[in-house]
Parts: sequence; structure tokens; C-alpha cells
Amino acid sequence: MGSRSSHAARIPDVDSIRRETGFSQASLIRLYHRFQALDRNEKGYLSRVDLQQIGALAVNPLGDRIIDSFFPDGSLRVDFPGFVRVLAHFRPVDDEDNGNRDPKEPEPLNSRMNKLRFAFQLYDLDRDGKISRHEMLQVLRLMVGVQVTEEQLESIADRTVQEADEDGDGAVSFLEFAKSLEKMNIEQKMSIRILK
Amino acid sequence: MDGSELAGKILYTWMTLVLGFILLPSAFGVSLGISQIYMKILVKTLEWATIRIEKGVSKKSVLKHSASVGIIQRDESPMEKGLSGLRGRDFELSDVFYFSKKGLEAIVEDEVTQRFSSEELVSWNLLTRTNVNFQYISPRLTMVWVLGVLVRYCILLPLRVTLAFIGISLLVMGTTLVGQLPESSLKNWLSELVHLTCCRICVRALSGTIHYHNKQYKPQKGGICVANHTSPIDVLILTMDGCYAMVGQVHGGLMGIIQRAMVKACPHVWFERSEMKDRHLVTQRLREHIADKKKLPILIFPEGTCINNTSVMMFKKGSFEIGGTIHPVAIKYNPQFGDAFWNSSKYNMKGEDAVQFANRVKSAIAVQGGLTELPWDGGLKRARVKDTFKEEQQKNYSKMIVGNGSLNSESN
Repeated sequence: MGSRSSHAARIPDVDSIRRETGFSQASLIRLYHRFQALDRNEKGYLSRVDLQQIGALAVNPLGDRIIDSFFPDGSLRVDFPGFVRVLAHFRPVDDEDNGNRDPKEPEPLNSRMNKLRFAFQLYDLDRDGKISRHEMLQVLRLMVGVQVTEEQLESIADRTVQEADEDGDGAVSFLEFAKSLEKMNIEQKMSIRILK
Repeated sequence: MDGSELAGKILYTWMTLVLGFILLPSAFGVSLGISQIYMKILVKTLEWATIRIEKGVSKKSVLKHSASVGIIQRDESPMEKGLSGLRGRDFELSDVFYFSKKGLEAIVEDEVTQRFSSEELVSWNLLTRTNVNFQYISPRLTMVWVLGVLVRYCILLPLRVTLAFIGISLLVMGTTLVGQLPESSLKNWLSELVHLTCCRICVRALSGTIHYHNKQYKPQKGGICVANHTSPIDVLILTMDGCYAMVGQVHGGLMGIIQRAMVKACPHVWFERSEMKDRHLVTQRLREHIADKKKLPILIFPEGTCINNTSVMMFKKGSFEIGGTIHPVAIKYNPQFGDAFWNSSKYNMKGEDAVQFANRVKSAIAVQGGLTELPWDGGLKRARVKDTFKEEQQKNYSKMIVGNGSLNSESN
């Protein structure tokens, strides 16, 4: 625990991770040390329990949902590339990203759309591409705990779905979600800047 | 024949030296100042070495940071500002951004886990505890490093091992012998002498230089001493100045032998692990101990676990419920010379709520020792956080979107 050396060579596949996520070498080293610190038994991957041990995350009302986003498709382990892939959604948007982008390459993970997708899947539990009223209720319930009655919560959920729903199917699709947030400064609200 | 005679002679001179320079001064509480000189030389060497390294790597990019600065830029605005709204505003789809950002910030870095890994050093200390990569810089630096290794392993290591061995065996034998005597003030005086001598020997084994400030507040008999906890060495440091009755779990192995021997000479309060969970029993025994004014002050570490000496974490309220005078002590290690932090995440401990008194003592210790104060529970090292904290956040959020029971849509 005491001594560390900053060898980027120790991170497996560091180049492909760098290309995929856009993190700098120094940031990746920082995140790798963080990954190792969270991986208490040095298993080489993180499980749900490792993330649940973080105090500030456990008191976050959406803590469980955030942890779920690290384990897509019901997997039980997340390795370092998977870990960084999720964190990459929160990388601040640099202007150089947009300038040099090769249109044939896939969108960078921290683009506005991808940030919105991340937020969307916090709501959309069953991953069917739509936030139903029931799913909206569930997220609301997580955020307020036992402080609000069922009726109040239902009216809030109804109102929110109505406002965002355009095609009248009673659920909010991703495009409707993105449209209702088009004025919001997503880049600033969903960015975490890693200091060197 | 010559070989074994020579070996015998060396051993003889070695033991006389040890006896003369270390054991006797320990018994009388006198210091010869050898440790101080050693420290001064070491500090000078390290400063020189650090400057050399910094010159060498200044051309490349260096990761410079201090232990308390985080790795991410944090926006510490409260929940209301973060959700960009005033009280009574409605739920929006974007509210989830605030919580997810806070959650991911916690995943990248949180205040608690930081405290359980060793403090990072900005300078070098002939071992490696910084983030700067070391390449070959100059022959002189390598020479110093080689010399350091030689001195450490060939001179200091045997010395320290001998001292530690003598110290512990003397402690065990001395306390057992004293324990045979009937209860009397002679016995108490002798047991204090034995404890103090052996602690001084052990501290010399670690080449420790200890500075005591504000000695006028030294804990008296019938009082309780509370201190922040970094490693089991804390006990040695405090005992060097005066004797304490210790409170702790019964261990097995070498620690167990020491504990059992010590309790014969002087009434320490050792618990079985099962008893510790019964708080009333614990409090009762401690109360009995304090009520007897002739007994030594109790030493308690209210954090409940070892922290890495950059901060003071939540104090358990149990120690403050017993009554008696509380004497707070702050222990701060100089991280340049060695890492005293003992990382023990092996067994479970439940967290408890802190009482305001405990918080006040905690603040006093933090201020005195120059440490950061944290509200988090040291038990988070091993166990999950309590749900009451999450409920607080939920309460705050609910107040925002619902107000005091009336919805905004009704006022339209």
C-alpha cells in the first residue's frame, strides 16, 4: 500500500483504452491506482461489493443505480477497461475533440449524446429504450425515500412523463428525453475534471 | 578455534555496548542524544538527495502534489445550488445528473478511502513513497542509496532486532516477577519501572525521537486518556512518558503473551472479543476501574481503527459515556522517516453515532496535531455506511421538490 511507481506499462492495453476513452496517460495512471485501491482483495476486477464500500456512494440516493451502470448485461465483474469506459462518459468536453474528429470513427464516449444516454439508462431499468411511468416512479422513490406519499409521487411522475412525451405512448423514449433537455448545459453538469 | 573466539569477543563487546549505551540509560530515563544526532544526519542527507532528484527530473513532467489535494476538481456547492433551483421547485428529468455526478466523483475519489492508504510524500526518503518515477540520475545519488541500504541492513537491523528482543523479554519476565508480589505501593512502583524501562528500550529499537508538548496536561490517575490512532506503536509512544492502563481486545500469539504478562503486574482491562460487543459490560468495567483513584489512567483510542495520520475521524461515543476526566492527546508522526500506519482491515466492527462531546474532543485533537477533521466513521474501512445518512439526503431532496406537503401544480 505504501509504495507505488507510475509505470503506464503495467496497465494492460493502455493504448487501446486511451484511444477509446480519450483520457490522458496521467489520468489513466491515476484511475488505475484508484481501481487498485478499490479492488481490496487484489482480484483484478471490481465486484458490486467493492463499489458499495465507498461511503459517499452508499449515501447517494441513486447509488445502486450508478453501481448498476458498471455491470451491464447482468455481469458480476468489471475490469479496468470497463471501469474507465463508464468514467469516460464524465470526461469534460475539450474543443479539440470536436475539431479533429474523424467522422467515420464512433462518437467519443463523452459526447453530449453519450452523456445523455448514460443518464437515460439510470432511469430505464429494463433497457427497452423507453422510460415508462413505472420506471419513473421507481427512480423518484429512490431519490425521496420515505419522505413523500405515493399519491404525490404518482402525480409528479405523471406530470413529468406527460411533459416529455410527444408521441403519446405514455413513455419517454430516448429522443424525447434528449429533446426535453436540449437547453440544458449537459457538458458542464456531467463532467468531472481530473487534476494532473 | 580462533574463529569462534573472535565471534565470542565480538558478541561480548556488542552486548556491553548495548548495555552501556542503551539499557542503563533507559532504566534511568536518561537520553544520550544519539538518536537526535542520527536524525539530524538523516534529514540532511534526505534534503540533499531530494534536491538532486528534482534537478534531474525537472525537464520531464513531474507529478507534484501534496497529500491533502484531491485528484479531481470538486464543486462543493450544496444540493440546492447543484440542482439549480430554489425551494419548492418541481422535479425535473435533469435532477438525476446531480446525483450521478456526485456518485461518480465518489467513485473516482472519496475522502475516506484516501485516509486508509499511506500518505504520499513529496520528497524522497531513501525508500520509495512518492509518485515520481526514479531513473538513474547520478552516481553520487546511487552511492548514497547503496550506503543507505548497507547501514540499514547491516548495522541498524541487528541492533534493532536485539533491542526489540531484549525489550519484549524483559517486559514479560519483569511483569511476571512483579506479579508475584503482594499488592502494595512497592509493587506499583516496580511495575511502573518495568513498564517504563521496557518501553524506552523498544522505542530506541525503533530509533524514535519523541517530543512531548504541554506536559502540564499529562493525564492523572483516575482519568481517561483519548488519542488518535495510527498504529500499535502509539501505545509505546504514550507509555514512554507515563504508565497507562490499556483497553483492548485479547489477541493470540506474541501480543497475547505480552498482554497476559502485563495484566499480572498492573490492572489493564483486556476483553474477549465477544464481550466487546456488549457495550454495557465494557462501560461497567471501565467505570469500576476509574472509580478506584489509585489505578492508572485508561488509554482509549475512540476512532476504533488505525488512520493514516493525515486526519482525525469520527470518535465513538462509548469512551465519553464513562465519566471521569478526559485528557485528549494528539499524536502526529513525521512521515519523512517511516510509515507508521498499520493497515488492518481484517475483522468487522460496527459504527456508532458520535455525541457532541466526542466531536469537541476530536476537534481539539485535530487542531493540536495539525490534522484534518473528518465526520466519517473509521469503521467504513470494514463495514457499510448506515442508512440514516442516505435518508438525510433523501429528506433534503424531497423538501425541494415537494415543499411542505403541497405540490406546485396545485397553485396554478
